[in-house]
Amino acid sequence: MRGLPWFAKVYLVAVIGVAFGLFGHSALVGGRFDRLEWPTLLVLALLFLVCESVPTLLNVKQAAISVSFSAALAAVVLVGPEGAALVGMTAVFSVRPGLPLTKRLFNGAQFAICGYAAGWTFELLGGRPGVPDVDRFDELILPFAGAAGVYVPLNFALIAVMLSLAGQVDRVPVRGVAQLLVSYLGYATFGLLIAGLWATVQSISAVLVLLPLFVARWGFGQYLAQQRSYDATIAALCQAVETKDYYTRGHCTRVSLASTMIAEEIGMGSERTRAIRYAGMLHDVGKLGVPTKVLQKDGPLTEEEYAAIQLHPMRGLEIVRGIDFLDEAFAGIMHHHEKHDGTGYPMGLAAEEIPEFARIIAVADAFDSITSDRSYRGARPVPVAIDQLRKGAGTQFDPEMVTAFIKAVERAGWEAPGKVPAPPSGEAEPIVKDHDDPTMPIQVVSER
Amino acid sequence: MTPPIRPWRSLDSGQLLLICMAGLVTVAGVAHTAAAGLLDPPIAVGFGALIATGELARLTMPGNREVAPIGTAAALGYTLLLDMGGRQVEHPALQVVAVLAVGMLAGALPHLAVGRPPRLDAMARRLLTGALLAFAFRPLAGPLFDLTMGPSMTWSPALGVMAAMIVLALLTDIVVAAMLRADQVRAALAVAIHDELRMAAPLSAAVAASGMLLALAAHSMDMAALLVFAAPLLVTQVAFRKYAGIRATYLQTVRALSRVTEVGGYVEPGHSRRVSVLAVAVGRELGMAESELLELEYAALMHDIGQLSLSDPIPGGATVLTDRDQARRIAELGAEVIRQTGVLGTVAEVVRRQCEPCADSPPMASRIIKAANDYDDLVGGSTDRDRAGAALERLRLGVTVEYDPEVVEAMSHLVDRLAPLNRL
Repeated sequence: MRGLPWFAKVYLVAVIGVAFGLFGHSALVGGRFDRLEWPTLLVLALLFLVCESVPTLLNVKQAAISVSFSAALAAVVLVGPEGAALVGMTAVFSVRPGLPLTKRLFNGAQFAICGYAAGWTFELLGGRPGVPDVDRFDELILPFAGAAGVYVPLNFALIAVMLSLAGQVDRVPVRGVAQLLVSYLGYATFGLLIAGLWATVQSISAVLVLLPLFVARWGFGQYLAQQRSYDATIAALCQAVETKDYYTRGHCTRVSLASTMIAEEIGMGSERTRAIRYAGMLHDVGKLGVPTKVLQKDGPLTEEEYAAIQLHPMRGLEIVRGIDFLDEAFAGIMHHHEKHDGTGYPMGLAAEEIPEFARIIAVADAFDSITSDRSYRGARPVPVAIDQLRKGAGTQFDPEMVTAFIKAVERAGWEAPGKVPAPPSGEAEPIVKDHDDPTMPIQVVSER
Repeated sequence: MTPPIRPWRSLDSGQLLLICMAGLVTVAGVAHTAAAGLLDPPIAVGFGALIATGELARLTMPGNREVAPIGTAAALGYTLLLDMGGRQVEHPALQVVAVLAVGMLAGALPHLAVGRPPRLDAMARRLLTGALLAFAFRPLAGPLFDLTMGPSMTWSPALGVMAAMIVLALLTDIVVAAMLRADQVRAALAVAIHDELRMAAPLSAAVAASGMLLALAAHSMDMAALLVFAAPLLVTQVAFRKYAGIRATYLQTVRALSRVTEVGGYVEPGHSRRVSVLAVAVGRELGMAESELLELEYAALMHDIGQLSLSDPIPGGATVLTDRDQARRIAELGAEVIRQTGVLGTVAEVVRRQCEPCADSPPMASRIIKAANDYDDLVGGSTDRDRAGAALERLRLGVTVEYDPEVVEAMSHLVDRLAPLNRL
């Protein structure tokens, strides 16, 4: 609780107070607690607790969705508002080590309030709490939909207010919220299933409904683990490709980051953003095909040597072509050295002809090259690099991408790589050519 | 690059037998249903549609295993159905088979239309598992229904019988799948059963629960059950699709990036791929489980990655001919790269110890890679039998000191069979 702003504390106390007020009211007025079906309530509470203790982490970072909704909504049908509130209150005891008491109390209280609200809506729409008759299932649907329609947004609002008061969310991602609401409503359906089947097989219905969900959770866990492992592997392999060139180490990771920043700035969808993250990472894998001697050569290159450099995007494509999902990223890797005015390589495409991915990677690539140390010059500061990008907009770079990148850097900042110490003397001759560097274009002499 | 899939020619005898059996059962089912008439047509059509949808949304799990969880669950539900909203349903087992077959065919058609031929053996297996359960359960459906409706109103016996029969049917399915796989990739049956069980268990549990749920939900919710039951399973399907996707991408990526050593001129073109194919085949011959084989494949693909740290390639890239200290240093550097991932610890260890002699007892995977790598350095992409024989002879000379005798023995069994693969 320490560290929270005072209005957040007030809100917290208010929510907990309201919940206890409601419980007190139920206990004192009309003795509504006496009519509860305690065995059913106990089973549901246990179920709720189990679900609450293993939250299903979906793609949205701050919110841990848990299957507990299904149990709470089933409780609305089976044991009424008071029961649902009591079931929700058990969130206080959820097995999540390290969760502070105030958070537990808040969680329990907000679930209890939601339980009450949903229960009242259910009764208001003509639902009668209790185990529903087998042949009267149809009458259950409307009140249940109403209850879910109140429970889900109310729960969401109570938590969102808390998070924003505590200053933990600056921008609520709209797409994330929509996704969240849809999955909440999905979980609500499971609540209906549990309630509808209760008359037939009692608590076994909960097991049958929740087993696939737990398997799904396990599957998502496996997926996330594989995804993390995949990211680490691809980064490690790309860095391995760079070890040969002492000064460009870390280049692929930074280009990947900068490309992602641009993609997010111009509002690219999440699938494409993901693809460009990998494209940025892999854009230079073909560089190994360039003989080291060419990169170490002092002075201008011959046309033949320059052609070897120009070949590297194609080489990169050749390597990554077997990776199905990259698809659009292939074009990005192949064309990342095209220029806006059509003087780039390998195909001399211009302006709109250049695939979008390639235009993004080109900006990110040049920017990282300018802001990194090279054997022949020190790193330039970020403002200088931005000036360079501005100067190149319309000739070398797509102006739209340059503007987007500058905006993103101004907002989020850019962490340039630290000073690279001079390579240990044991290392071979330093690489003196950087094909990405727009401040120092590679000089080519004609052989004729 | 990959050869076109030829569904007929790649089938072996076990698969053909399975497909023929499925065909026979289908004919019997459809013929019987046509002759005796369809009982409860709306229910049959509803479940048939659900089965078709499930077949349409089939997915390929790691190891090229085709599954259709929603379709399978719907088939289970239709088999286990006792009543619809309290009214008893009495469709016989052969009608279940007919609905199952028609639904599956309908769901496979759109795939066929866009040029994705069905895996006939996988479809046949799904159909036969469903048929097996139907023949076992349908005769009991009547008595079980009477129990649920009688004075006792108890569902426990019905639930118990359903659960037991589903478990038996799914186990049979797993054993059949393992037999087919063992036959196909020449793995030991016990290992194949273990692999299949590990791969299928979570999804099967979800499918079984959903199938029972469907049969029970039809009791209290009527046909609406068909719509809501699929929800939990849909979530499961999404999760597993993502998982299967990333697994496939992972393998593709490591395969693709293992070629950077070739593009950089450090090794012969196709070396990493050939070594990995040979190593995995040897590993399988020696009875390694699928998870170990995956690690072996990763290690084999990346065994030369350490060479990237050399500023200039070793001429010809033949590590078998370079001196031992340098080979060891390359292995260390490669292991260091892989260790950077923070996740492939075992793979890094296998790569690190790939050139140790037998006396240091390196892991089996390292010994396999050492032998496969040296074999490929000697033979390369050539399919010349004499050259392969000479290379094997040379490996045999190094047995017990350099190479594990078991590995070399397994390899000499394999080399003849793998000859066409060397052209990859």
